[in-house]
Parts: sequence; C-alpha cells; structure tokens
Amino acid sequence: MSDKPFLQIENLAKTYPGSSEPVFDQVNFGINKGEFVCIIGHSGCGKTTILNVLAGLEQASGGTVIMDNREVSGPSLERGVVFQSHALMPWLTVRSNVAFAVRSKWPDWSASQVNAQVEKYVSLVGLMHAIDKKPSQLSGGMKQRVGIARAFAIEPKMLLLDEPFGALDALTRGTIQDELLKICAATQQTVFMITHDVDEAILLADKILLMSNGPIARVAEVVCNTLPRSRQRASLHHEPGFYALRNHLVDFLVSRSKDLSGGRGPAHPPQVRPAEAAQAEAARTEAAAAARGVAPAAAQPLSANNTTAGEISSTTAASVVAPLLQRVA
Amino acid sequence: MNALKGLQGRAAVLSLLILATLVVLWHASTAPRAPGVGASAPAVTLTAEQIEYAKLMGKDPATMAAGGSGEAKKSGGFPTPLQMGQAIVSNLANPFYDNGPNDKGIGIQLAHSLGRVALGFLIAALVAIPLGFLIGMSPLLYKALDPFIQVLKPISPLAWMPLALYTIKDSSISGIFVIFICSVWPMLINTAFGVAGVRRDWLNVAKTLEVSPLRKAFLVILPAAAPTILTGMRISMGIAWLVIVAAEMLVGGTGVGYFVWNEWNNLALTNVIFAILLIGVVGMLLDLVFAQAQKAVTYVD
Repeated sequence: MSDKPFLQIENLAKTYPGSSEPVFDQVNFGINKGEFVCIIGHSGCGKTTILNVLAGLEQASGGTVIMDNREVSGPSLERGVVFQSHALMPWLTVRSNVAFAVRSKWPDWSASQVNAQVEKYVSLVGLMHAIDKKPSQLSGGMKQRVGIARAFAIEPKMLLLDEPFGALDALTRGTIQDELLKICAATQQTVFMITHDVDEAILLADKILLMSNGPIARVAEVVCNTLPRSRQRASLHHEPGFYALRNHLVDFLVSRSKDLSGGRGPAHPPQVRPAEAAQAEAARTEAAAAARGVAPAAAQPLSANNTTAGEISSTTAASVVAPLLQRVA
Repeated sequence: MNALKGLQGRAAVLSLLILATLVVLWHASTAPRAPGVGASAPAVTLTAEQIEYAKLMGKDPATMAAGGSGEAKKSGGFPTPLQMGQAIVSNLANPFYDNGPNDKGIGIQLAHSLGRVALGFLIAALVAIPLGFLIGMSPLLYKALDPFIQVLKPISPLAWMPLALYTIKDSSISGIFVIFICSVWPMLINTAFGVAGVRRDWLNVAKTLEVSPLRKAFLVILPAAAPTILTGMRISMGIAWLVIVAAEMLVGGTGVGYFVWNEWNNLALTNVIFAILLIGVVGMLLDLVFAQAQKAVTYVD
C-alpha cells in the first residue's frame, strides 16, 4: 500500500459551463491493481462524470488522473467501458459487435484469431447459443452480458462499469453479478463500477467509495469490504459483519451524505472498516465455541444466534430504508 | 381460395374491381354514340404517307379511310379503352425502333430519361452524402450552411433551366443538372440529420475503442444513419422522376418527357396516355428498388 496505486486520482473537479458551483471538487482516491471498487452516491453527485473522465470521454475542469504512471487525457483501449444502456450496435450480430472491439485493439489479427478471441469471451458470459443473433433478439440481461463480453474481450488494464445492471430485473441482475464476480476473479481484472445498489456493492467490491451529495460533492469515505473475497450471493447476508457494513453504507446514504454535501466532505477520505468489529467478535465466539468442543459445523446457526437485538432492529430499518433509497435514486 | 380470404387477397380483388369499373366507365363515355355517321361519309383513298402515319398513330388505316379523313377522326375524341390497348401493344411490341430524331421507340426514350436521372442522381449522391456527413458532424458547418440550404431548397428545379442552358450551353447536360439540383437537397438534409442523430453511446463506444475517424465513419456512423440517408435518396429519386418529364418537355430531343410533348403535337392522345401510364409504372419500380434497399439497411433497435 505504500507504493503508488495503479490508478491515482488527485484533486479531480468538474464545473459544467454556465454553472457557478462545481459538481464535485477535491476528489482524491486510488485503486490498486486487481481491485474491485464500487462508487455509491445519490444522483447528481457526479459519479458518471468521474467515470467518463476515467474513460476519457469527458474532460475534468481540474485535477489529474494517473493510470500506470501515465496521465489519462483521452479515451484508450487500456480502459474498457460497459455502458448503462449496453450500447450495442443493433445492425451487427453479437459476434460482430464483439469482433468490432477486438479488431480495434488488434488490427493485425487474422479473421480466425479475432473469431477465437470473440468466442472465448462470448462463451465466458454464457452466450454461445446466441452468438449470431442481433441485439434486438436478445433480452436486456443478455444484451448487458454482450456489453460485458465486449469490454473484457479487449483485455483492458481496467474496466469501467457505469451502473451496468440498473435496467435489469432482480433475478437477472443476480445471475450476471455472479458471472461478473467469477470472471473478475479469474482474470484479476481491476474494476471501477458505479452502482445504486448497496447489496451489489457489498457483493462485488473490495472498496466502496461513498460520495456526498452535489453540488461540490466529494468522495467522503472509503469503506473497505473486509468480508471474505469468495462471496456467495445466497449466503452473503449470513456473513458476520455483513449488517454492520450494510448499515454503515445505508446510514451514509440516508443522512451523512447530506451533512457532507456542499464542500463539507473531506478532501482526503478516511478509510473505514465497519465490518471488522463484528467479524472479530464472531471469530472470538467461534474460537470460544471450538474451545468448548462444539463442532465447527454448528458455526452458522451459532452466528445467527449471536445476532444482537440491535442488529435485528437495524436490519428491519435497512429493509424499510432500501425501497426509500431506490426511490431517491 | 385461401388467398382470397387474406387481407392481401381481398385488397387485390377490390383493386381489380375498381380498375374494371374505371375501364367500363371510360369505355361508356368514349364509345362512338352513332356508328352510322362516320360510315355514311364517302370513302377516301389515303396516300401511302397517310397510311404509314395512321399506322404509326396506332390506328387501322382501313377504318380511317372508311370513316372519313384521318385528321378529323383523330381530333374527334378521347381514345377508347380498346384503342388504348392497341396502342400499348404496338408500342411495347417494338420499343427500340429509331426512325430519326422525332420518331423513336418508347424503350429508347425511356432509356434516355433513366440515363439522365441516373447520372444526375449519382452526381447528387456523390456531393450530398459526403457533404451531409460533414454538416451532420460539425454544428459549425451546419449553422453556416443552413441559410444557403434553406434558400436554395424551395426553388423549383425548372427555374434553374435558363441559367443552366445559358452557362452549360447543352440541353442534355442541362437536363442532368436540373436532376442534380432537385435530388441534392433531400439527400443532403437527410444525411446531415441522420449523421447528427447517431446515438451518443455508439460514438462513445467507438471513442473508447480508439477507432480511427475513417473506420468510425464507415462502420459506425454510416450504418447508423443509413436508414435516414436512404429515405432521403428515395425522396430524391421520386422528385427526380417527376422533374425529368418536365425538363425533357422543355429541352426536347429525347426522353420520355419529350415523347409526351411530341405525341401531344401529333395529337396522338393514345400515345400520350400510354406514356403517362409508363411514367407511373417506372416511377413505382424506382421507388420499389429504394424501398427494398431501405429495408435492407434498417435495423431494429
């Protein structure tokens, strides 16, 4: 951690023309190689603008972005982008859509080389059966999968995802999240992703950047996700520390993001690990239980029993707040 | 029987019925009322030239001789459906004869018109589509050229004719110029509109993939704007086919428009009507070609 991170963002700011106040300023954070970083914040805080600056599609009004010791000043094949609206070309088949990207990266490749690369990544997202279909014949989830395959197929140093599952239903979203998790684990991909979904962030991210409200938004806090990396969507909420982490994120979005708006957020966000205390506590109980001779198989109901009254009430609070948040988003 | 039950089948039957009704009405209103009048006149012997002229007019010299002077009969009335049918058959039986400047087969005339339209249209496309691309991609150019387009667009293409004749000094090329000037605007405007309307997302994809400008133009913008561009081309072709007839009437010489004018001067109404029908059918076929092309490039989003 002492050496410079793979991607370093310093004092990034953006003021749109005709506006007196910047949307965000003093944005500082770093992303290490192989890290999955999610950014959460309310609409209008400039998440998409930050992503577009990283992608090179927009110019920041101040600050620098340095990736791999080089300044980012325009679009590049080193950063793959998955767009919210999938952005597939409707006149091309799935194969040609991905091949368009592959040929852009490796113009000298032969047709068979391109095709092999295309098929590799299309099969990775499980769409080999639909490879010769046009996007209009695919469902929303399948289209987004093609978008992901296209971004991965150019083997970028970094992947940028702009709320890729926002338009999908919950079931499809879950399946694709699992796929994304698998692919990222296999490829050690560095990812920066925008999301509105707290659970999605906990499932996918190693670090979660919390943005305060705009204007003059900032990255107010960096939350380290200390839950074990081999997460499962089905059992994630049984992990010790899950609710501590979740409540921390929800609390931020509900109240603290407002308090830290208008430039009151810190320029250099502190790193917090809200799940750690609960994890340590769970580990202690487990060790104690093991010492008492209880079989380790009973660990799960034990940790469930261990849920304190306070945690239960905050869980219900979260489930009340979640739909509220979605409306806000 | 099943074919008749579908909407297509029923529409076809209705179309045929309407056609039949029109032909019957036409026949009823043009059929000679008193067949005795012409027959009672003394028979006139026709000279060899008159017989040939009558044949060229699609009329039977024998009945003309029996019915009095050919001139009187010809100007006597609107042709009947039967005479029309004979004219169509005789015109189509030998469409490519060439008996000098004022007497060419309809096929030759049509070929001249189509050639002019094709050439004028092609030049217009070569100018309008690249220029439309530039205008569509550059808001500055769009704003700068807009006043010119808005002023030049509503001018009737035939109004350019005197100027074209004076400067070009060749009637045939002037005709092509008129076709060019009338087909250029719809193509230009539609291309600019289509190119300007290419979705941001697709351009962003091209940008993040560092696609070269030429590759972007041909592989992203062109297919994305193709349906709009083809709509412009289809409109242009429709206008060009309208204008060529009028232009050829003015400049004369060859072409289906000149044919119409020439046959009017000959008072050969059957041939005029035949040419009118032919112009309609050819126009429809041209439109069909572009409709097919449009279908081929249209994508479902």
